[in-house]
Amino acid sequence: MSGYFREVYDGCKSLLVGLGITFRYMIQPVVTLQYPRQAVKMAPRYRGHIDLIPDAEAESGNKCIACGMCQRNCPSGCITLKSEKPEGAKKKVLTGYRLDFTKCSLCGLCVESCPTNALDFSKEYNLAGLQAENFVFDLLKRCEERRR
Amino acid sequence: MSELPEIFRVLAFVGGIMALVGLNAAFSVWLERKVAGHIQRRIGPKEVGPFGIFQSLADGIKLMSKQLVVPAKADPVLYRLAPALTMITAVMVFVVIPFGPALVARDINIGLLLIFAIASVNVLALLMGGWGSNNKYAVISATRAVSQNVAYEVPMLITVVTMVMIAGSMNLNTIVGQQQNLLQWYIFPWNGSLLLPVSFLIFFVCAMAETNRAPFDLGEAESELVAGFHTEYGGMGFGLFFLGEYGHVFVGCALASILFLGGWQCPFGWLPGIHWLLLKTYLLVFVVMWVRWTYPRTTLYGLLNLSWKVLVPFSLAILVLTAAMLKVF
Amino acid sequence: MSVLAADPTYETFVLNMGPQHPATHGALRVKLVMDGEYIVEAEPVLGYIHRMHEKMGENRTYHQYLPNPSRLDYLSAMACTHGHVATVERAAGIAVPERAEYLRVITVELNRVSSHLLWLGAFVLDLGGFTPLLYAMDDREQILDLLERVTGSRLTYCYFRFGGLYNDVDDDFVDGARALVKRIRDKMPMYHNLITKNVILRQRLEGIGPISAEMCRKYGATGPVARGSGIPYDVRKHEPYSVYPEFDFDVPVYEQGDSMARYLVRMDEIEQSLRIVEQGLDKLPEGPVMAEKVPKIIKPPKGDYYCAVEAARGSFGIRLVSDGTNTPYRLKLRSPCFSNVSLFGEAARGLLLADAVALFGSLDLVIPDIDR
Repeated sequence: MSGYFREVYDGCKSLLVGLGITFRYMIQPVVTLQYPRQAVKMAPRYRGHIDLIPDAEAESGNKCIACGMCQRNCPSGCITLKSEKPEGAKKKVLTGYRLDFTKCSLCGLCVESCPTNALDFSKEYNLAGLQAENFVFDLLKRCEERRR
Repeated sequence: MSELPEIFRVLAFVGGIMALVGLNAAFSVWLERKVAGHIQRRIGPKEVGPFGIFQSLADGIKLMSKQLVVPAKADPVLYRLAPALTMITAVMVFVVIPFGPALVARDINIGLLLIFAIASVNVLALLMGGWGSNNKYAVISATRAVSQNVAYEVPMLITVVTMVMIAGSMNLNTIVGQQQNLLQWYIFPWNGSLLLPVSFLIFFVCAMAETNRAPFDLGEAESELVAGFHTEYGGMGFGLFFLGEYGHVFVGCALASILFLGGWQCPFGWLPGIHWLLLKTYLLVFVVMWVRWTYPRTTLYGLLNLSWKVLVPFSLAILVLTAAMLKVF
Repeated sequence: MSVLAADPTYETFVLNMGPQHPATHGALRVKLVMDGEYIVEAEPVLGYIHRMHEKMGENRTYHQYLPNPSRLDYLSAMACTHGHVATVERAAGIAVPERAEYLRVITVELNRVSSHLLWLGAFVLDLGGFTPLLYAMDDREQILDLLERVTGSRLTYCYFRFGGLYNDVDDDFVDGARALVKRIRDKMPMYHNLITKNVILRQRLEGIGPISAEMCRKYGATGPVARGSGIPYDVRKHEPYSVYPEFDFDVPVYEQGDSMARYLVRMDEIEQSLRIVEQGLDKLPEGPVMAEKVPKIIKPPKGDYYCAVEAARGSFGIRLVSDGTNTPYRLKLRSPCFSNVSLFGEAARGLLLADAVALFGSLDLVIPDIDR
């Protein structure tokens, strides 16, 4: 019989303790940010989609030598390079860098494998679109825009 | 308002009660979301109107603009009748609730009995909705709701009998009239029986269980039964269940404040009136919400164990004790 | 099972829990034969999100498979990638610098804490309590922020490389991790008061959904499920890998085998993981985080290799059969959730629907880990 009352008492006590905890949290300030109006600070190493780093010294505006390492290393095959060798020139010149972001899994193998460190991660996270084509980026064009 | 011709009086009260049920649901939903938000360390609705107060209005418009889809093999009559019935019972219990000294639609001497008689019909609406929508989850939910309501009616009524013995009346306005200030509230042990605070607790727990509120929301149990008896309802069919649920929560809390906390009487004797009843009721509604956002859900056997092994013996003991005390003193 | 259900003339009905159901946490379908609210038979139906990860492993070079393991058990992605790199390192004979091994242990354990915190919230959500989920999320968010600062991603990390790590940590990480350990340790009593001691929760978990040690052995269940049934098996202790032998930690074991035991095992594991993180931060040696001589193209010698790690949900192992080329001949993934879900059918027999949901939650299943 005393065990029964003990059980009822302990049960009620545990319930009251729980109510106390939630009440304490209720009167504490909120911890959320109101997203479209506020946003958290991006981590410096945040991995968005990749970008060509603008390089003021290079003639082409970036460091890419069109070796194709990133294209070969990409697990999902989302990078397509286009390059040509102008008459008389020694090196290949990059003419198109297409990233199909819909397939990308953000592993960073392309950035790592780049021999000239021509790639980095963008900090863009607000990506939304109505068609898959909205996520096919022309990185060469983006690089030009960033340079300006 | 008693000097008005009968027909205007009835119309005024019908309009008033309907408005109260609607506004109560809108306010309760907003309050619930705000309480839940702050308990969970976020702020809840904030975009529509100041502090998001019009959020439930926007939700209501959305619900009303949606098409009411009747599932192919549902029972067409029961399926449509169920939300209406839950709404009807929610509105009808308001008839005898005294909002002020004269502000009561029908001041009848068995008001307390009438409330329980009508509120019990609500479970029929859940059963009809669960059965009529031809969904296995809904049927399980409906059977749960029935056994739950049957189990909790018993301790609740025993507690109410205790209160009737102390007050000596089943007229709610008379019961309120006896509790003129804080010291005369029936929640305190010196007003008739030593265990009155426990009675209040039992009544409150039973009211939560009767209205299918968490932690007793076995009928809805979203992680087990998807949405319970209103799984197949969309648009205003769901909306009516919602209105009805908050109507019943309001009635349960209003009844608790009438029986134990002095209803429309002021604790200190100033300006008795409807505002005191609303204040006390919404304080209790807040507690109901606070409880909901703190505890996990019970199971059916946990619920029945609580009812038959704890609440019923305790309420019976209080009944006997009260009877003895009334006889002796 | 109720007596009536044994009678063949008695009517039972089939209830489909899933593939879209709030309690299955993903696209898993459980076919339940019900007698009223009692479960007569339960059969998990798998394969709704099968993605051919094993086949992908045969078609990709070792480096290209790096992002895949973190898509299995995405909640403890760090441990899955650890299993992958450890297997390939064992096969190709790549030595890993000590600092990298320590950082691997620290990040894996932080990831384990975040996984268990999410499980805690989701489990109580299964039982109908909404609020603990958001408290747990708040703490988990701090871990994710910290890991994001190092790895660049929040969930599907791709941080480990063959022979080391993607990049080194800074002092901010060490300080942040210390603060985090303190924060979560301070929060644990709150969780115990709010959840563990709650009488409603105790009633729902104690003695419910018993899983015997024998059943665990039969189905190959590992991790907290096995440890909740009294089997003191932990890969970190029994087949030590990485630098785990240098850490001092306990393996929580409970004998009861009910949902409460599995719950308590995970709660204790959070504390043990915090201990490991703390020791790791104290001992963290200086040095490089990447081995010097890692071949650009990995071609392990012909052979059959296996390496298992203790992921948050149990033993995660990879069997690698190499034919000496730059892609594996066969890559078999042994995922803990697949074994753990297999015993659900037997364990759920005779339970009430609500208790089966509690049992299901206490197994802590991640559906992509089952289907792979």
